[in-house]
Amino acid sequence: MKRVTFAALFGLMSVAQSAYADEKLTVYSYRQAFLVEPILKRFTEDTGISVNLVFAKDGIAERIAREGRLSPADLVLTSDFSRLVELVEKDLTSPVNSDKLNTNIPAQYRDPEGQWYALTMRVRNLYTAKDRLETQTISYEELADPKYKGKICTRSGKHPYNIALVASMIAHHGEAETKTWLQGVKTNLARKPQGNDRAQVKAVKEGLCDIAIGNSYYYGNMLQDPEQKSWAEAVNINFPNQADRGAHVNVSGMVLTRHAPNKDNAIKLMEFLSADVAQKAYAEVNMEYPVKADVAPSTLVASWGEFKSDQLPIFKLAEYHQAAVKLLDEVQFDL
Amino acid sequence: MILGLARSWSLTGYAIAALLVLPLLALIFQAAQPDEAVFAHLLSTVLPTYISNSLWLMLWVCVGALLLALPCAWLMARCEFIGRRYLQWALLLPLAMPAYIVAYVYTDLLDYAGPVQMGLRSLFGWNSPKDYLFPEIRSLGGAACVLSLVLFPYIYLLVRTAFMEQSLSLAHASRIMGCSPWQSFWRLSLPMARPAIAVGVALVAMETAADFATVSYFALPTLTTAVYDTWLGYGNLTAAAKLSAIILLVVFSLIGFERFARRKQQLFQKQSRIQESDLYRLSPIQTLLAIGYCILLLLLSFILPSGILLSYAIDYFEQSWDPIFWQLSLNSFSLALIASLICCLIALLLMFIRRVSPRATDTLPSRLASTGYALPGTVLAIGVLVPLTLLDFAINDMAEWIGLSGPGLLLTGSTTALVFAFCVRFAAIAIGSVEASYKRISPSLDMVSLTLGQTPRQLLQRVHLPLLTKGLFAGALLVFIESMKELPAALLLRPIGFENLATYVFQFVSDEKLEHGALPAIVIVLVGLVPLIYLNRSLEQDSR
Repeated sequence: MKRVTFAALFGLMSVAQSAYADEKLTVYSYRQAFLVEPILKRFTEDTGISVNLVFAKDGIAERIAREGRLSPADLVLTSDFSRLVELVEKDLTSPVNSDKLNTNIPAQYRDPEGQWYALTMRVRNLYTAKDRLETQTISYEELADPKYKGKICTRSGKHPYNIALVASMIAHHGEAETKTWLQGVKTNLARKPQGNDRAQVKAVKEGLCDIAIGNSYYYGNMLQDPEQKSWAEAVNINFPNQADRGAHVNVSGMVLTRHAPNKDNAIKLMEFLSADVAQKAYAEVNMEYPVKADVAPSTLVASWGEFKSDQLPIFKLAEYHQAAVKLLDEVQFDL
Repeated sequence: MILGLARSWSLTGYAIAALLVLPLLALIFQAAQPDEAVFAHLLSTVLPTYISNSLWLMLWVCVGALLLALPCAWLMARCEFIGRRYLQWALLLPLAMPAYIVAYVYTDLLDYAGPVQMGLRSLFGWNSPKDYLFPEIRSLGGAACVLSLVLFPYIYLLVRTAFMEQSLSLAHASRIMGCSPWQSFWRLSLPMARPAIAVGVALVAMETAADFATVSYFALPTLTTAVYDTWLGYGNLTAAAKLSAIILLVVFSLIGFERFARRKQQLFQKQSRIQESDLYRLSPIQTLLAIGYCILLLLLSFILPSGILLSYAIDYFEQSWDPIFWQLSLNSFSLALIASLICCLIALLLMFIRRVSPRATDTLPSRLASTGYALPGTVLAIGVLVPLTLLDFAINDMAEWIGLSGPGLLLTGSTTALVFAFCVRFAAIAIGSVEASYKRISPSLDMVSLTLGQTPRQLLQRVHLPLLTKGLFAGALLVFIESMKELPAALLLRPIGFENLATYVFQFVSDEKLEHGALPAIVIVLVGLVPLIYLNRSLEQDSR
């Protein structure tokens, strides 16, 4: 009798779930919906697979971990590399082996085991005050130089973009040297880390600091925003370390979740996102660089000039991610 | 006090209480787990700063709020001057203002790139930050100022009532013995109002400990932000639970302190209240000063922030007035409504049991059910998720056992978790409100109805319920507005892709674009004003 009652109860509960189980896909996204939606719409038109996109600013990995095998998520889109690593580290991803993906995305921008794939690139640039700093050849290392004391602005060190930068410093210089460097940068800060990348450029415009650390696409976004145009026009965009290893590059990317209920559809979407049309559109909406080699960046982005990027394979950063977080705490970067 | 209440009533009471205490227990359980040394790492690096930030902030906010509130409370309770009637309730308005919105407005205004400093620079020809000194708004001091401005009404409300309730004969005695108003304040009223002050200060301290959005916007890491970061940044729930345990320790000590203070409150009995004729009449200059002080305070804490908010909302009206806004309002309203209804039911049931049960142990459920109020939203979220996730999996396992596909994440994947959290946190408010109403119903009424053969259920339905409507309504209103405002729990527990007004506004605030979220922010403030007006009405009726 009890079994029957339970059966009836659960039967009712699961009706909603099973009613439209075919040809759909759930995407959890750290990337804002307006960036992704147009491309997903196109995907649905092409394939007939409907995509349910949900955006969250943080905590997606934490949530998928908790949801476990019950998670409705098929694919996760991240805005940054550390989020990709976090998902892999928590064992929330499934490896994908697809010829299409492997051809479209260069080996440097994907996990050797296929746990994650990058989609777009952005440079961690240094924005310098046009009227106060001549240099356009600054390096990350120089940020710790005493001559820039009180001249640097940045967002929280704990932000994924900065964590990835610190991880790349560890990869090149080791932990001890990076710690000294971080302390140097901290001493040079014009104010306690706060705000977002955009706010740093604004601070340069206001004369609070001369150098701001910020991602490349903000430059494009600010130039297109009537209110913020003047901020962007007050600075030069610098590609750091052009004399040596090249500028640190971060990526946005995607992973297939471990318990994805619609694996095949998810892989279809991954392949779609790595192909020409989506690559072009995806990079253009947010002024980023496409990872697919033969797809050109937008005209505006291209106008900032060619640059050399750090050839360190992105997956190497993963090894130093935790160490970077700990170093930031140790030097009390944000405090 | 009466006989014949069936055991099933008690059991139901205990079951509800157990459900509401579950998050607290889950949290303690989670905090007791080993956590791969993350906590130790935090302890050796940043934790001391987090703790000292939290404690200093609490101290400064308490001092600040007290200094702001005491003069108003005294002026409103014991002095007579023009405009007092309006100012009396106007000073409660800041309570409707979420602290992070005030924080945003002041940062925008006083930042280096804000109009105030820009104006100063162009006025005096300064060029860089080195040319002059200006306090940094995004600092401990800044956060303390903002929180004091928003939280001082808690103390004002309680202390004003205490001043008003001080016995008439004492006031007369002090006058006869030649005390000046100042002496009467320092030597008589203030010491006697100490318990009320302690309660108010403890409340302010608790609210400060629970604040997440202001400190996070001001880049001031405190224990509450640390819980959030540790959970989502380090991805370590256990270390986050350990941090939460520290917060709980602080909060429960505060409650202990508050209880201790309140115990003394029973020492004095109110007999005849201060009357209009006993109020000190202020001289014109004093009146000017008094009005000036109150208006300045009101201006800084409410009028200026809401004015700026309003101008943003008007400027960005077209972008904000869209279907999303309606959907979010609906989300906020329905969640808050459900939570307030459930809280009222819980309060009614538990307080009824406590009143009529012959068993001494039946006072316990309503006490237990009130502990949730002490959990700051971030902390509460951990406590809610741990058991609900287990339950979700159990449900699915059971479904599979009988050969069906499971319902998926029934509790944590829906708004159930959020409603549950609101109920855990705010049941105490409804319980308090119903308790106060019950105190006014004479026990002889119960006895009469029982003598006339009513069953306990009939007693509740036909006698108590009609008499309790006012208390229930006040409780529901308060729970409703608190649920609308509650941010950290909503941020952490909302189903993915689900937003309400509070989380939506905060997204804009943390992105430094409040302009776009001004309309929803105004809705939160306006909804908050309704219970304030209602409460003040009933307070005024009481004092008549």
